[in-house]
Amino acid sequence: MDTMAKLRILSDAAKYDAACTSSGAQKTAKRGGIGSAEACGICHSFAGDGRCISLLKVLQTNVCVYDCAYCVNRRSNDARRAAFSPRELAELVIAFYRRNYIEGLFLSSGVAGSPDAATETMIETLRLLREEYRFSGYIHAKAIPGADAALVRRLGLLADRLSVNIELPSGQSLRRLAPDKTKAAILGPMSLIRGGLDENRRDLVRFRHAPRFAPAGQSTQMIVGATEESDRQILSLSSALYERYRLKRVFYSAYIPVNDAATLPPVGTPPPLWREHRLYQADWLLRFYGFSSEELFDKTEGRLHPYLDPKCHWALRHKELFPLEVNRAPYELLLRVPGVGVKSAWRITRARRAASLSWDALAKIGVVTKRARHFLIANGKRYFDAPVEKDALLLDLMSPRERALFHRETAPFRQLSLFDEETPALSPAERRELSCLAAPL
Amino acid sequence: MPGRSPLTPTITYRYDGSFEGFLCCVFESYDAHELPAAIVGPDAPELSLFGVKEIPTDAERAARVARSIPSRISMEADALIRHAFLTCLPEKELVMLRFLRQGYRYGARFLSFAGNEEVWRLTEAVKHLLHEAHLLKGFIRFSDQKGVLVTTIGPKNFVLPFLARHFAERFPEEHLLIYDEKHHAALVYRPYESAIIPMDDFRAAPPDEEERKFRALWRAFYDAVEIRPRHNEKCRMTLLPKRYWRYMTEFSKDEPSELLKLRTIA
Repeated sequence: MDTMAKLRILSDAAKYDAACTSSGAQKTAKRGGIGSAEACGICHSFAGDGRCISLLKVLQTNVCVYDCAYCVNRRSNDARRAAFSPRELAELVIAFYRRNYIEGLFLSSGVAGSPDAATETMIETLRLLREEYRFSGYIHAKAIPGADAALVRRLGLLADRLSVNIELPSGQSLRRLAPDKTKAAILGPMSLIRGGLDENRRDLVRFRHAPRFAPAGQSTQMIVGATEESDRQILSLSSALYERYRLKRVFYSAYIPVNDAATLPPVGTPPPLWREHRLYQADWLLRFYGFSSEELFDKTEGRLHPYLDPKCHWALRHKELFPLEVNRAPYELLLRVPGVGVKSAWRITRARRAASLSWDALAKIGVVTKRARHFLIANGKRYFDAPVEKDALLLDLMSPRERALFHRETAPFRQLSLFDEETPALSPAERRELSCLAAPL
Repeated sequence: MPGRSPLTPTITYRYDGSFEGFLCCVFESYDAHELPAAIVGPDAPELSLFGVKEIPTDAERAARVARSIPSRISMEADALIRHAFLTCLPEKELVMLRFLRQGYRYGARFLSFAGNEEVWRLTEAVKHLLHEAHLLKGFIRFSDQKGVLVTTIGPKNFVLPFLARHFAERFPEEHLLIYDEKHHAALVYRPYESAIIPMDDFRAAPPDEEERKFRALWRAFYDAVEIRPRHNEKCRMTLLPKRYWRYMTEFSKDEPSELLKLRTIA
């Protein structure tokens, strides 16, 4: 099989991994070498689905002894199989990198033979790149659940970022859909990586030239919509992962049915992209805005609001805090105002030291006044002269897409207006439909 | 209007298009107690209603103004002005002059005047410049031409100075040529030294067999990596604007190779 055929098969099989970031590492090439990395990451292209292409995302091989129901590469699937030799793959990476097609490599692998054997082949590829080609560009490697601790450690010394995919948000779902993987086999390497990171941090304090273990940290991915877990369960898991395992990122991947199994949504079910979008919004609130996962939900509600973004929804449930005077409010509270982001909150604190801020100035700073106008006062002035009606307020806080969704979904029961204290009560059937809302709007 | 000259602008400045030349315009504006109606480069067409004043570039005058910016306003203002000069902001020289006149009056705190028109326009223009430079770090596609990596770009802003450092750090052992066809300049790099030189035209030679092979591989990867049920044209266009496409391998096709043509004829 030639390189072209292998590349087609092995990139096609790898594409369901959401992560393609090249962020978190900052380095320049040494003399005689090739490759640098920028902390913010660099996107090299965007695929037809709008996802960033930064790394050459391929599998070492799609041969796999496991039989996970949700996965295209599962043993029982009748698919063409291929494998890159370490040399072949390393040469391809360098040829692509020199032409500036890519920022680096994202290497994952099917479990060919055993977890240890598969990991060893990956290590050989990375070793060739780092040692023979003196490549210092970005490498993201996927640790294989069940691999030996020493091998995972070796992988971490060669890669910039390591990840282990959680795949399904609960042990129960794992048992049902991925019988060969256990929660322990996934969390094991994760804590191993965390241990490696901690130890490395201590070593670096003592020895400046200690080899760096996965300097860009670790990440993981969860499939959303294949199983029954609620948004609340998913986000509390994410927040535990950020805290306990110090993950850099949790990726959410709307489930796209690739296999027909009785336990899964049938092939052709649209991926729950809307839900994935909400989870990412909430994830940002966890990581950069100082929210805890519990704050994002009502008392009993298990899902994020379908028509309002989580930040607006939170603000509407905490009316007592608003409106805030933008010239006096502390930074932490500014961050919680819909329409104010991390950068604009910082710019506000800076600009108001020089002169007090008007609505005009806020717009120039980059505050989304369309949202913020309901929650802020500038120089004692409200944006509107008259108070805004509740319904009008809600509609105004929705984006055009959210509004369209709202009108379509609630047209039959419009009189049961959607009010701030209560999220609309939908039947389980409606709920299921909502969770599978694709992007046809 | 704070900082605006009380004099009605009645004159156009023409300078040589260099940063030093612009600094001399600032000097002139103070020296003559006037605010020009426009500041134009050497190639600007003659269509002004006002008289044109030629501003000669004088190293000493330029140096005096250059020193005054960090000392009388701030380092940050200095960086902003230097970057703003590389942007594609319409009438950037005039906006920069108004910015400096107000900056000299208010000092270091001027940059935090969030509502100020000139601060805002320059900040936005520089943001656009830096963003475009960042995008091109990823969107540039080199072709290997007998060991030299060459490419053509067509950016709105003058981004070559930003690319120089990035690619020198990334490919220290390579020979590079990045030709900017909008600004008629090229960045050339060979191990451990780089220069930005004026260049009127540049055309890359047709790709050899190996180059074609990797281009084809890259296109295959690009097509394979899309998840079709998630196709989202609008999202792609927002993140990767169409004006970059014509320079990128994944959106272009190679002419069939000479070898293949011969074979087809046979």
